[in-house]
Amino acid sequence: MKPFTTIESVAAFIDEDAIDTDIIFPARFLLLLDKAGLAKHAFHERRHAPALKQPFILDRAPFTAAEILVARKNFGTGSSREQAVWCLADFGIRCIIAESFGEIFFANCFKNGVLPIVKSGEELKAIRKAAGEEQKIEIDLVDRTIRFQDGRVMAFEVDDYRRDALLNGLDEIGSILRDDGDDIVRFEERQRGRSSWLHLDPQKLSTFADLGKEKILD
Amino acid sequence: MQIGYSHDKRAYALCGVRLDGFVREDARRPGECIVTGMNSTPKTLYEKVWADHVVKSYEDGTDLLYVDRHLVQEVSSPQAFAGLEAAGRKIRRPDAHISVADHAVPTRDRAAALRDGLAARQVERLVQNTEKFGIPYIPMRDRRHGIVHVIGPELGFTLPGAVLVCGDSHTCTHGAFGAIAFGIGASECECVLATQTLRQRKQKTMRVLLEGRRPDGVEVKDFILAVISSIGVGGGVGYAIEYAGSAVRDLSMEQRMTLCNMSIEAGSRIGMVGPDDKTFDYLRGRPLAPAGQEWDAAVEAWRGLASEPDAVFDREVVIDVSTLAPFVSWGTTPEECSPITGRVPDPAEEPDDGRRRRLQRSLDYMALTPGMPLTDIRIDRVFIGSCTNGRIEDLRRAAAVVDGHRVADHVAAIVVPGSAAVRAQAEQEGLDRIFLEAGFEWRSSGCSMCVAMNDDRLSEGERCASTSNRNFEGRQGKGGRTHLMSPPMAAAAAISGRLADVRKLGI
Ligand code: SF4
Repeated sequence: MKPFTTIESVAAFIDEDAIDTDIIFPARFLLLLDKAGLAKHAFHERRHAPALKQPFILDRAPFTAAEILVARKNFGTGSSREQAVWCLADFGIRCIIAESFGEIFFANCFKNGVLPIVKSGEELKAIRKAAGEEQKIEIDLVDRTIRFQDGRVMAFEVDDYRRDALLNGLDEIGSILRDDGDDIVRFEERQRGRSSWLHLDPQKLSTFADLGKEKILD
Repeated sequence: MQIGYSHDKRAYALCGVRLDGFVREDARRPGECIVTGMNSTPKTLYEKVWADHVVKSYEDGTDLLYVDRHLVQEVSSPQAFAGLEAAGRKIRRPDAHISVADHAVPTRDRAAALRDGLAARQVERLVQNTEKFGIPYIPMRDRRHGIVHVIGPELGFTLPGAVLVCGDSHTCTHGAFGAIAFGIGASECECVLATQTLRQRKQKTMRVLLEGRRPDGVEVKDFILAVISSIGVGGGVGYAIEYAGSAVRDLSMEQRMTLCNMSIEAGSRIGMVGPDDKTFDYLRGRPLAPAGQEWDAAVEAWRGLASEPDAVFDREVVIDVSTLAPFVSWGTTPEECSPITGRVPDPAEEPDDGRRRRLQRSLDYMALTPGMPLTDIRIDRVFIGSCTNGRIEDLRRAAAVVDGHRVADHVAAIVVPGSAAVRAQAEQEGLDRIFLEAGFEWRSSGCSMCVAMNDDRLSEGERCASTSNRNFEGRQGKGGRTHLMSPPMAAAAAISGRLADVRKLGI
């Protein structure tokens, strides 16, 4: 994962509540098997709508190079598809600022080097204004600040461990396996004693011995 | 040390030292008490299951949460397996996962090969991955096939007090059994495969109390649509919901699954119901459920999971279900819905700028005129199915409305059972004949037109009465328009050829 420290870029404002993950990444493209190269499907229907008066914001200069997305309420609500983050990351988006996020989308962002920031009220208005004026905005994850061209600075919040993971491009699975492996083993032993039914033994799993052997008529 | 317990189930050591924890209901004999939490706050169901699964707590307040069960499907898993392979990692516990292809599979002519090249490749990839990593894979034409969230409970894979995940947002369905069940992304799936854990922060808790008697014609789907329209699509963000109250106790397991299924539509990844005798009756004898002595021990433990009577929730919502009417959605988020007796709202009456534009956009997409009665909306298609409403009771209730009627001439209607078991059961009861005689198509199990990843989809501009859970733009096919409703309401729409009040059909 690409480490994230500071980015500076214009911000594309999507002026709409509840941009769901079906809008960000329509389901029919979920049949693709890779993470890479998904940018061309991002916001597909919005970008290819027949009645488009002007190109979709991400297809308009200077926003074609935007690394920051600004949205309204409930951005990324809906399905768990990580493709919604992969396609934005592939497009070059590194930071999304919104009033609120779909929770699974929010978690998925951090796994892919994308920083989601929650902002509301006057602060979000100021960000939207800067975005509309095509100003460059600086996101500093080290300081946890958003800096505007006129010198104004705004703080933002982010979980410590998630920030560390972004800053260092951490491999979370690797660190769990390295640091917490013994704890997991101990937990499993305890649980086997306490709630044995949560572990499926070979006898129970033998119910699957005939999987696919007999084809039902349908 | 001997331990006793007081009337309010607080644990005390008999020497008089307060242990400050809780005795689980399953502790009946002195000295055998099981203390579930070492603090004095009465715990909720969610908090108990959470506490039971904390592997370790980190300084920043997050926990490493143990995951007991993982359902694997074709859409969210290829990249997870690829990541695992690239890093040269193994699956920690192959017995904790089962897999099935549900999203992309066709629901008819299954004997023929998958026609769509991409879908065929995706299913094939799942078969390869599960073979390579030693996970059971349930093929499309096996009697156990179905939508992940339908077959998990059917197999007894879903259990009370478990932590269950799946790379699918409707994993909250399994919370109906008193499990902590939530949807995760593909990266998290990879983490579960490799470590059997996830680093998580505990959610706040919300109790949704559903009280009162359910009026005739009102379904659980209407309960949950009413909850979503009341708290909004973001109302549950950050919360684990527990559904409680007299109206919830009365619900069957099938209905509880419908209820919990749409928690994510209110923004909450988790929706739970406290396990009770109905839960245990449903699970008894299921292939993967405990049996014999282990069953007895499990039930004893499960009885102790219910939220303490004086447990405090961070937020509480009360809905009197006796005042509800059947709901239909008219917009492009699940909160944009109203009782069928209502009219399409008028954006001009919306004072808030942002909301007015959102509303206008929804109506433009849905091609609806402000102020028109909802019962004037003419439909082209009907879809009865999905992990929300594709279970046997759903089909029974829809069939009861359809029986003896005909699908309107201009309407194409399909029934897609949520699993092969549901389909077989329905056929045994003769429901298939009722649907077929009325002019419905009778399909095989899968997600089908809920997500339009196979060949069941709406064409541009088509309008559908659907028992699924999402009415997002393009959800059922590019340019398609979705109206969410209960199975009986979808059946009524099929017969009427437009949205209709099932209570007025005289059935
Ligand atoms: S039926 Fe629909 S909501 Fe349920 S798992 Fe399938 S696609 Fe998702």
